[in-house]
Amino acid sequence: MTGSFEPKIVGILCNWCSYAGADLAGTSRLKYPANIHIVRVMCSGRVDPTFVLKAFELGADGVLVSGCRPGDCHYVDGNYKTMRRTPLLENLLRQMGVEPARFRQVWVSASQGEIFARIVEEMVKDLKEIGPYMRQGGEDLA
Amino acid sequence: MPKLNLAIYWAAACGGCDVAILDLDEKILNVAEAANIVLWPIAMDYKYQDLSLLPKDSIDVCLFNGAVRNSEQKELAEILRERSRVMVAFGSCACFGGIPGLANFSNREGILKRVYKTSPTTVNHEGILPQAETAVPEGTLTLPAFMNRVYTLNQVVDVDYYLPGCPPPPDLIWTAVEAIVSGNLPPKGSVIAGTKSLCDTCQRVKEQKNLKGFVRPHEIIPDPEKCLLEQGLVCCGPATRDGCGHRCIKANMPCRGCFGPTGNIHDQGAKLVSALTSILQATTKEEARQAAETIVDAAGTFYRFGLPDALLQRVKRREQA
Ligand code: SF4
Ligand code: SF4
Ligand code: SF4
Repeated sequence: MTGSFEPKIVGILCNWCSYAGADLAGTSRLKYPANIHIVRVMCSGRVDPTFVLKAFELGADGVLVSGCRPGDCHYVDGNYKTMRRTPLLENLLRQMGVEPARFRQVWVSASQGEIFARIVEEMVKDLKEIGPYMRQGGEDLA
Repeated sequence: MPKLNLAIYWAAACGGCDVAILDLDEKILNVAEAANIVLWPIAMDYKYQDLSLLPKDSIDVCLFNGAVRNSEQKELAEILRERSRVMVAFGSCACFGGIPGLANFSNREGILKRVYKTSPTTVNHEGILPQAETAVPEGTLTLPAFMNRVYTLNQVVDVDYYLPGCPPPPDLIWTAVEAIVSGNLPPKGSVIAGTKSLCDTCQRVKEQKNLKGFVRPHEIIPDPEKCLLEQGLVCCGPATRDGCGHRCIKANMPCRGCFGPTGNIHDQGAKLVSALTSILQATTKEEARQAAETIVDAAGTFYRFGLPDALLQRVKRREQA
């Protein structure tokens, strides 16, 4: 892929840890790519897998879901729901032709602004390598 | 009352939907009384040419079963749409792509290669592939073109009503026929089936939510009273529209999702990911991964009847977009 492709990433972050972590990255003036469009939700457990598919359908090249670290969830165990969902969702995405690098589910605490910045950087780099997300299969109906 | 003009057509279908209409038993006579059957390839002889000569809106109802896989089916769907006042997507294939829609895991090239070249029982040294046009001394022979993908009926033409099921059960077919005959039609776009999910109306006892993983139907003899999903079987009830009369559940088999998603579910697969994982007991990512691996073919299972309609595959018709 040429260097001109700028991937669009939808970042769905929980309010209590990850959003605060992203905020910290901002207020500490850590540099991270502007490719990520952040959606704040109250808990990563609220991230219905439909949101992830919908993001791709609407043109995202990658989706990042981030919650509090296990044990730190504001709602005690919301992030365990996320953790149980992730592997099956990953399998489904892979079979539907979405490369593994396009979907990441991570834990970022409120104090980990730097880790957040690094994850976004890595994801942008990987997505630049594989190029824009494209629906599988050709079309005949044009 | 003047007789209705009825057309029944099959595209990429197995014939089961046509048989389901015959399964109306003696009620089929009521259909024959109320309707003039102008087209029904499984039961009557006809010529496409006669169909093309029919004026616009001259067919009152078209029951279209099967998905759209090749250029002939697409053309027939267009011809029938143009001539029909009411177009019904009949059966899961027409509604969501159905079993033939699973071919969308591959594409034209992949399918032709597998079928005509690499399958173990094929001998094809010259690598001959079917062609839409072949020149012979007498002229050019043509075949319908095999498309790259399988489409649902509404991805090709405008659809008025949906009658899901693989095949639709006789009582729902009858409900639809009665509505049509009496002119008592629901709003355009309605799905002629339930509105809730299968789980909402399922009588099985739901209580236990601590699965380590899933099993396949041949591995256990399920308790006939308890929720099949909680016994570890992949039951698509949480993401599937009610209306079949719990055909499979009553036979102690998990639902495979043939009625498609309910109206408030955007994607059957996504909904099943969340429903199935919500009853797992995994407390580490590794345990969750092991549980996920017990579902051998997640996408093929969750989109068994609706791959062409899945969010990541869904194609919108030009004029809708
Ligand atoms: S919906 Fe089922 S019964 Fe009807 S044509 Fe398709 S596969 Fe056959
Ligand atoms: S998952 Fe299946 S068996 Fe369990 S309640 Fe739902 S439909 Fe019934
Ligand atoms: S139980 Fe599920 S798969 Fe079986 S007929 Fe009903 S909707 Fe279809």
